[in-house]
Amino acid sequence: MSKDININVHHLTRVEGHGNIVVNIKDGTVEKCEWQVPEAPRFFEAMVRGRRYDDIQTIVSRICGICSISHSLVATKAVEDALDLEVSEQADLVRHLMHYSEQLQSHVLHVGYLVAPDLFGVKSVVPLTTSATDAVLKIVKCHRVANQMSKLIAGRITHPITLTPGGLTKMPTEQELLDLKAMLADCVPDLVEVVKVVLSVADQLPPFERDTEYVSLKQTNPLYKGTLSEYSFYHGDITSTDVNGDGDMPVSKWESVANEYVVAQSTAKWCKWHRDAYASGALARFNNQAEFLSPLAKTVADMFGLKKGAPGPFMNNVAQLVECAHVVEASIEIIDKLLTKGIKPEKVKVSPKAGRGHAAVEAPRGILFHSYEFDKNGECVWGNCCIPTNQNHANIQKDFDKLVPEFMHEGEDALRQKMEMLVRAYDPCISCSTHMLNVEFVK
Amino acid sequence: MSKPRVAIFDFACCEGCQLQIVNLEEEILNLIDVVDVVEWREAMSEQSHEYDIAIIEGSITREEDAKRLEVIRSRAKILIALGACATMGGLNKLKNNFDDLNEVRECVYGKDGQMPHLNTFKTKACDEVVEVDFKIHGCPIDAAEFAQIIRSLLVGKTPFVPDYPVCVECKANENICRYEYDEVCLGPIIRAGCNAPCPAAGRECFGCRGLVDNPNVEAAQEVMDKYNLTVDDLKQKLVLFNSK
Repeated sequence: MSKDININVHHLTRVEGHGNIVVNIKDGTVEKCEWQVPEAPRFFEAMVRGRRYDDIQTIVSRICGICSISHSLVATKAVEDALDLEVSEQADLVRHLMHYSEQLQSHVLHVGYLVAPDLFGVKSVVPLTTSATDAVLKIVKCHRVANQMSKLIAGRITHPITLTPGGLTKMPTEQELLDLKAMLADCVPDLVEVVKVVLSVADQLPPFERDTEYVSLKQTNPLYKGTLSEYSFYHGDITSTDVNGDGDMPVSKWESVANEYVVAQSTAKWCKWHRDAYASGALARFNNQAEFLSPLAKTVADMFGLKKGAPGPFMNNVAQLVECAHVVEASIEIIDKLLTKGIKPEKVKVSPKAGRGHAAVEAPRGILFHSYEFDKNGECVWGNCCIPTNQNHANIQKDFDKLVPEFMHEGEDALRQKMEMLVRAYDPCISCSTHMLNVEFVK
Repeated sequence: MSKPRVAIFDFACCEGCQLQIVNLEEEILNLIDVVDVVEWREAMSEQSHEYDIAIIEGSITREEDAKRLEVIRSRAKILIALGACATMGGLNKLKNNFDDLNEVRECVYGKDGQMPHLNTFKTKACDEVVEVDFKIHGCPIDAAEFAQIIRSLLVGKTPFVPDYPVCVECKANENICRYEYDEVCLGPIIRAGCNAPCPAAGRECFGCRGLVDNPNVEAAQEVMDKYNLTVDDLKQKLVLFNSK
């Protein structure tokens, strides 16, 4: 039995940014199967040119509203690398809190608002506000707690204010940290309920797996060895599931990890390291660092039967829930450490100098690289960013190539639904990725 | 009476202003009760061509986007520009400071910069393409101000948007003036309404809400004189969010 299928999803919904899915199947043969990105390019690497070293994080934060903290953090770190600036242990710890607030906010938003509707068979979270009110209110509460944490540490919810090369413009007070700790502890039972709700519909995740390489950071900073933050989002070298403990790459060499390349069959620039594609994101971090997870995070993983080495892509949604539990407990651990040492006032003083710097952090949706070069006056002369979604594009395409033949017998609607869910599983941030993408705009 | 139909559309931007709508948290559930959200790509799969209020996020940088915005304008009774990219072009207008847009393309994409899909024109705010009825300022917008403006529109009131400078709110919050820290702050000439979060968090105002309608140049000059600065220092700072 042969059947023609034509799928043309223009501007996929419930993802950040604009993406298209195009599939043409004729007489049972896949003629075309593509993941395309028609987002308007915004030219950030040009926009930073001529700007001062202390304006860079403010500019590139605007690459993406959802991961603005990660963009600000990685830019600030890259500037510090270029200008040889040291950051105090206290500022480093507080930056971790800022970063964890974004992981929690972004993961809850993604799993709760963007993915859950698929699992409940509805088109958005709106009908769930009446059919599953209690669950939605718990999701909203976890999201609000994450945002309150951002506001306290970063000065605002989206586009952080307090980050500056050399440290932070403002430290939280000890009382504020105590209140934050109480708020996080209070949020744990709600988070567990959210996990149970997702577990109850987890059988709706498509039965599809594909083996690939998983790339993430790996902790090397001695300050965090033996702590929950050994599971790294912020420091360390670049590692992968194909490296096997030998061949981790320093962040300064990120360009030889990403290895951006153009292929004839696809119109988008892809990334590869040891294979023809790799994945980054929550599942990649889990697969490289699961042994360092917090107790509650390990419990959540066990509830779903998620084990180190788990294949993607759909388990990425589950790994995000695991990380939600982890960052709450890791934040409480850091707050305790800050309170034990006591908060001390800091004054940041920076002298510009010429130099080039590189940095990486884990954005919620995967590893993120920035590099900048400054002249002796501290004016930016060159910038380069490589975004997690960009690194995942090739892997999404490889998943499509395997998924379409496996599920095309289910018909057009079911296939389209699975492809949309697959892209969503990567939690793509397409606005982020466009300034590096090289895509043919198919009309 | 049927609920007003609202649609949210995004153009070139970071989508952080849409996120502020989500960041209303529990309050968004109340708003959903009184309006009918018929299209919001980032949050919903539903789509519609029939709406009363269109909310536009992002700048216009391509011919196809200008055409799309014109179609949206023709369908909407009220069109709201959401956030700095939409109200004034915002950070996206940094690109306009380059004389040659080809240089911008090659700076980012190298030899691939000439590919047709990378064709953009100089960044435009929404009101440089179509008529805009209301502007919600800021990068990002303030969630509470968004809710206040939408509530006003729903009951037929003209929304209140401050036309006094950030200094008014900053002083009311008892922040120490950033000029005392040797910083150049745009507070004296930038539109309030944000409640001055940046000075409160230890840094200067960088102007994301745009200029007040009639900036008090004399007062700004006085501040500059007091701290041995020049109007050029202010202009340097304005480049970030207020390029032409």
